[in-house]
Parts: sequence; structure tokens; C-alpha cells
Amino acid sequence: MSPAGSAILIVVGVLGGAITIAAGLIYVERRLLALWQDRYGPNRVGPFGLLQVVADMVKIFFKEDWIPAFADRAIFVLAPAIIMVTVLLSFAVVPFAPRLWVADLNIGLLFVLGMSSLGVYSAVLAGWASNNQYAFLGSLRAAAQMLGYEVFMGLSLLGVVLQTGSFRLIDIVEAQRHLWFCVPQCVGLVVFAVAALAEMKRLPFDLPEADGELIAGYHAEYSGMKFGMFFVGEYLGVTLMAALMVVLFFGGWLGPGLPAPVWFLLKTFALIALIVLARGSLPRPRYDQLMGYGWKLMLPLALVNLMLTGAVVLAGR
Amino acid sequence: MREIVNALRTLGVVFGHAFRRRVTIQYPDERPALAPRWRGRIVLTRDPDGEERCVACYLCSDACPVDCIALQATEDARGRRYPAFFRINFSRCIFCGFCEEACPTCAIQLTPDFEMGEYRRADLVYEKEDLLIAGTGKVPGYNFYRVSGLAIAGKEKGEAERESPPVDLKDLLP
Repeated sequence: MSPAGSAILIVVGVLGGAITIAAGLIYVERRLLALWQDRYGPNRVGPFGLLQVVADMVKIFFKEDWIPAFADRAIFVLAPAIIMVTVLLSFAVVPFAPRLWVADLNIGLLFVLGMSSLGVYSAVLAGWASNNQYAFLGSLRAAAQMLGYEVFMGLSLLGVVLQTGSFRLIDIVEAQRHLWFCVPQCVGLVVFAVAALAEMKRLPFDLPEADGELIAGYHAEYSGMKFGMFFVGEYLGVTLMAALMVVLFFGGWLGPGLPAPVWFLLKTFALIALIVLARGSLPRPRYDQLMGYGWKLMLPLALVNLMLTGAVVLAGR
Repeated sequence: MREIVNALRTLGVVFGHAFRRRVTIQYPDERPALAPRWRGRIVLTRDPDGEERCVACYLCSDACPVDCIALQATEDARGRRYPAFFRINFSRCIFCGFCEEACPTCAIQLTPDFEMGEYRRADLVYEKEDLLIAGTGKVPGYNFYRVSGLAIAGKEKGEAERESPPVDLKDLLP
């Protein structure tokens, strides 16, 4: 096949695969949460309830797509698209297996971090355009939380970058041939995992949505497929963060025996299951606790980790 | 520090639940085990001879806190009271079981059955022929007319089970 043809095939495959996995996660999450709560979860539609996703999709596509009269129409429509676009663009630089990536950027990691920063706009604009005080409060929280946690999300990854000497994700995977970075960079891994949870507004860090106090936060006014896009965007974010953690800390596609893409998928799904477990067990912190953890615990940890890694790398020269 | 340890322990405990038995009863496929005294669909039972137990005393409709029982008493040729009609509106019934407690003849009983869904509200009004069952329900041997002192055709006073003939109050002999 021509290089252009195979490139298009990979693009379509990654796009379709990412969206399919994100939609499938709705089912996976419900079944896993049910398992940990001694229930069954959706198991009636199709074998093992697998067609539940299809049923949900059909339902959400045929729901009335309503824009409130007091909303800012253009921005209201734009906001859910932003989260989808930024997360899907980030998938472009994720290496799934040798020669299986969409773009080989030498600043791949920076690109991902930049895209996840742009994702903040989705929450902020959605809350602003909804013209609803709950939505606005939610988007304010989202902005503060995502900006705050982004600071040390980048810092926590710099240890990996220092050890590899490159921002290129493929180099980072190759550098883990002998030892996965989850061992020397365990502090960075923990800090990044917490930051990633906060960054994609997942429980226990779902304060921007906080159904108990803010109804649904910044997407309170959304319905139909626009709400569906926020939803799929969140699950895309989960998939992306799990994939990133695999690339940065768990050796990407490296592994004995099985083919490379299988290893990548296995590791990603294990991490997704962990993220679901965190949702199923941890309570939501208070808002001041959230900010306290971020600035007083995680940021210093990330900085200390960065300095120690730098010292070790310098000493090893 | 303690919070982190707590969070990790919580994760472990919740993960451990993956290996516990699931509590869900998958209802239409699996049936829940209902206790014999479960308060469900109300029935009118018959005595061991196959005749209606209900003597139309109105105690059940009086006891009913939501007034869902309606009936009309009448009497047959033998002098036995019975309800001309007996109607329970199950869209009102709260299945409290007070009617069963009030019933002096064990006629009205609640059964372990809850599958009474209907598409039309009017279908939830049960008439006597819907309520009457062939058997004796939870009280197998009991027959009110055989143990009571009431005189009906074919059974005078004093002829009931464990009953001595009535005392003639105007007779001086011991």
C-alpha cells in the first residue's frame, strides 16, 4: 500500500478506535462499578449487555437537541466540540505500536499538554454560554481546578523527559526497554495520576460537575448529542490519560510474547479499570481541600522529584 | 498521610468486592423467595366444604385505612350471610393487612404475589369472582359455621363442634 494510503488508514483507525473505545467505556465503567458494588450492571441488551452502548447511542441521538433561549448560541454549540477536538488531536501523537502512530512530533509531550490546556476552554465556554448560575459556578471551578493541576502535571512529567532526554513519545517508550519509568519515576507517576484525574474532571475530582451541589455543573443546560459529546469527551479523556500513562510510565507497547498493540491495549485497559476503581471508592474532596492538595502537596512533590531526577541524571553523566 | 493510607485501603476494600457474591436477584429470570406471610394480592378463601367463608360483616372495609374495600351483605335461604358483591380497588390498596387481621372468619387473606400490573387503571378493581379462590388459603381446617353457635338451616343451636346443647333458662331442673 502507498505511504499516503496507509497513513490515512491509520488516521481513520485511530479516530474510529478512540471513539469506539470511549463509547464502550460507558458500558465497561457501569459493569465494573456494578462488580465492585456486588451488582450486575447492564446485562440484558445483547450478550452480557454489550449492546447497551448501542441502545444508549440511539437514545441520545434521537433526544431533542435544545438550546435555551437565554444562551449564547454560537459559543454554546462550539463548547462541546472543543473538548472532542482537543482530546482527539492529542491521540495523534500517541504511539500505539512500532510504526503505528499518526504524527511523529519531536515535541509530542508538549503537544499533549498544550491540547489538554485548550480543553479548559470547553468547560469555561460551556458554563459562560449557558448563562446559568450553576453552570457558571461549575465552569469557574473547572477553570481553577484544571489550571491549578496542569502546573504540576507538566512538572511531574519532566522527570521522564529528563531521563529520556527527549519530548518525543516514541523515544520515551524506547528508553524503557530495560526498566519501565514507573519504578524510578514512581513519585512522578503518582503525581501525574492525580493530576490526570483532576484534568479530565473524573471522580473523585468531579467538583465542576458535583451533582449534589451544582446539578451537573457546566453542562447542566446541555441536552441530546451536545451532552453526549461532553460525555464521550470525558471518556475519550480517560482513554487518553490511560494511554499516556502507559506510554510514559509503563513501557508503552513493550512486553514479552504478545504482539505490541495487544500489550498496549492490555495496559491501557488495566489503567482504565484503576481509574474506574478510584471513582467507585474515593469520596469527593471539599473544594478548599482540592486546592490545598494541589498547591501544598502535589506541586512541592513534583518539584522535589524533578530536582532529584535532575541531580541523578547530572551525576550519571 | 493518614488520608492517603485511608484512600489506599478504601481502594483495596472496594476491589475486594469483585470476589463477593452479587446480591442482585435477576427478577424475571430468577424469582425472589417470598415469605408465606408476605402481604400481596388479596384473596377471599372458602371453607373446607367449598363454601364462601366471608360472612359480610364489614369489619374489613371498616378496618381498611384507605377505604379500598366495598361490599354488600345479603343472606341465602339457609340463613348464611354472604356478600352480594365484594370489590377491592387495588390501585388504592396499600397492602397493610389490616383487613386480614380484622376478619373474624379467616375469609380475607393476603398472598405472596405482587405481579398485578395492568395497563388500565380500571382493571385494578377486582370483583368477587376475581378474589374468590377454590381453597382454604393459610387456614386449612377452619369452618366458621361448624364452630359457631349461630343457627342456620341444617344446624340448630348446640349442634356445632365442641358445643353443648343450650341451657333452658326457664327450667328449674339442674
